[in-house]
Amino acid sequence: MLAFALKRLALAVLVAVVVSALAFLLLRASGDVAVALAGEGARSTDIENVRKVYGLDRPLLVQYLDWVGRMLHGDFGESLYFKTDVLALVRDKLPTTALLAVLSLLFALGISLPLGVVAAVYPNSWIDRLCLALAVAGQALPNFFFALILMMVFGVMLQIVPVSGSESWAHFVLPSVALGYYVAPPFMRLTRTGMMDALASDYIRTARAKGLSGASIVLKHALRNALVPVVALTAVQLGFLLGGSVVIETVFALDGLGYLAYKSISHLDLPVTQAIVTLLSFIYVGLTLSADLINAWLDPRIRIG
Amino acid sequence: MPARLSASAFCIALLAATPALAAKRDNSIRFADDQVLENVDPYYNNVRIGVIMSHHIWDTLIYRDPKTSEYKGQLATAWKWIDDRTLELELRKGVKFHNGAGFDADDVIYTFEFTSKPENKVTTLGNVDWIDHVEKLDPYKVRIVTRRPFPAAIEYLSGPLGIHPHAYYAQVGPKGMNEKPIGSGPYRVVEHAVGKYIRLARNPDYFKDSPKPQPKIDKIEVRFIPDRQTQVAEMLSGGLDLIRNVSLDEAQQLRAVPNLQVVSGEIMRYVFLQMDSREKTLAAPLRDQRVRQAIMYAIDRPTMIKSIVGEGARLINVPCFPSQVGCIDQDAPRYAYDPAKAKQLLKEAGVAGIDLDLYAYRDRDQAEAMINYLRAVGIKANLRWVQYAAHRDAVRAGKAPLAHWTWGSFSINDVSAGVSIFHKFAPDDANRDPEIRDLLERGDTSVDPETRKKSYAKALALIAERAYVLPMYSIPINYVATKDLVFTPYPDEIPRFWEMSYK
Repeated sequence: MLAFALKRLALAVLVAVVVSALAFLLLRASGDVAVALAGEGARSTDIENVRKVYGLDRPLLVQYLDWVGRMLHGDFGESLYFKTDVLALVRDKLPTTALLAVLSLLFALGISLPLGVVAAVYPNSWIDRLCLALAVAGQALPNFFFALILMMVFGVMLQIVPVSGSESWAHFVLPSVALGYYVAPPFMRLTRTGMMDALASDYIRTARAKGLSGASIVLKHALRNALVPVVALTAVQLGFLLGGSVVIETVFALDGLGYLAYKSISHLDLPVTQAIVTLLSFIYVGLTLSADLINAWLDPRIRIG
Repeated sequence: MPARLSASAFCIALLAATPALAAKRDNSIRFADDQVLENVDPYYNNVRIGVIMSHHIWDTLIYRDPKTSEYKGQLATAWKWIDDRTLELELRKGVKFHNGAGFDADDVIYTFEFTSKPENKVTTLGNVDWIDHVEKLDPYKVRIVTRRPFPAAIEYLSGPLGIHPHAYYAQVGPKGMNEKPIGSGPYRVVEHAVGKYIRLARNPDYFKDSPKPQPKIDKIEVRFIPDRQTQVAEMLSGGLDLIRNVSLDEAQQLRAVPNLQVVSGEIMRYVFLQMDSREKTLAAPLRDQRVRQAIMYAIDRPTMIKSIVGEGARLINVPCFPSQVGCIDQDAPRYAYDPAKAKQLLKEAGVAGIDLDLYAYRDRDQAEAMINYLRAVGIKANLRWVQYAAHRDAVRAGKAPLAHWTWGSFSINDVSAGVSIFHKFAPDDANRDPEIRDLLERGDTSVDPETRKKSYAKALALIAERAYVLPMYSIPINYVATKDLVFTPYPDEIPRFWEMSYK
């Protein structure tokens, strides 16, 4: 188990390093930072001045190594656009995104687990079809459109929740529903498949033969086993959600990491973009790693194979 | 994005059937902008909302009356040019900053000397680097010495150059100024949640002699809402009282909503089509004046104004905004829409089957309309739709035979902030005509108003005659406000909260 964990860990670190280097290169290739930084209407002298002041006239490799060196000391530099400490900026935006991620994940699990279970217990019935329809709609509907519909109905017409902003819990209701519905379908399908496999297995037949109640069989025996792959998916989806949903954050004016990433990319604010990409690749890699380890711990076949 | 348009149309349609609720009124205005303000310190941002905040929280030495374009004293009471590089200003006595500190010459000196140093990294150094140094004659009299003759100084002093309290600024710097802004303007900052909102309250001690009238509205909240659809939804739900930059089609639909008003106003932003006639241009036919003139005749600007640009736009004959000092079009030739003449000019030039790229970065529908007009006379233009920075790179690298620009001149009411940038051999100059350069140089550096006017009139006429750029039109923007808000739009795109009130 230890050898497996170390191997996975090394791979995870490698992935994070490659991602940060790739991001650095791609960002530099995407345009002239000095022009973007100087802004619309800047004069050529402004642009030259920016280039010199920010050290953008140095060779690329020097700039990258300089950044890596400082990052290892916990210094992510200063945002070119916001003119403030990058780490503080990211720390400031992360709670909004994390709250949105956790709430939408809870919403997604809250609807997909019961629906997945019911669909598996009554396969090919109208309930199963309805669940399938909900899942397909969740994936097919563009989430900005769904968000606007929610906003119009609950924010503008019924006026029971605020339309946009992030000041109170009520502000998170619509975005969590919009984003949660978008990530729910894979959970629903995975729960249904897992439950159907579990319900058809030998130990369930034994349990039934022992005369246990239907609910006890489904919830205690089958669901526990069906949830193993769902745990792994949860870790991956949480990583995805922590990356911030640019669309949902933009639509609901939530000042989170996704919107910050979008802003910093459009302003070619390299230190911020770089920090976000690095942070997220670490989170993602970390979550995937923990999912791998949990799975390996739960299922010995994985660590041996 | 068509899907997005249909979504908003759907939402508005839904609403037209719903009685909108009146917003609660506590003598406040809730306003939204789509640009996050990275730093509210006016020297450290280059977004429009920053300019708007700057004029509310801070004062400038001189004030330009938006109605008459007349310069009035604000923190200065009088000024005169001692020579062509020295401007002497008398300062106002008895003005207090929001933190109680009194205003005097030290504030002017510290603000300008701090911001004009390149190592302090102000965002638009060009706004301040014309200042060489500031001399203190007594606590209420200063001399600004410029690096070169700079007649536009008065305009700059009335625009982007707010005055900071020197002791506080020296202590907290731009970062602290962003977190807790202190100025002397008609509104003070109560709370700045960076990236979320700024809350302002009326400054009850605002000096009575200011050319800005005493504010009537008690509280202003500026929220950052990046998505325009969300801003519209907030307007419909009564969560906001004023938004700007609403698209033409949405504005037309919102006119139907009973508790809202749509106000359109021309802004100090003009559109032009730049034609690269340099030696190494990618489209060799553009070297020929007749081909460029053909392009001038090929595009139907009045129809574009009517059908795409919208109410409030004005046709222009020279590339500058009509109110700008030096923007004189009397000597410039007029190019009416005449496709037959365009074809004839192309025939005379002996070119056929021109195929070139047209770069554009905003108002895609306008760029596409131009392409259609050009196609009708036999010029095939391919749209290169890019980000602003890439657009400017392409023009500078000589990769953009045609470039569709909209230019806001940093809201500076002087042609030196516009036409001089594009025709004085700076990197954005795609024509390099020495005669025009010399005329503009004379206009930019002379302090005699008559000499300036003559030089600019001649330069602008030559630009039109030699068809280096096609001047198109000024553009309007649409504001949507709650019905009972008394609101006047101005060309400099600055909503003046201090003069607003409710009916």
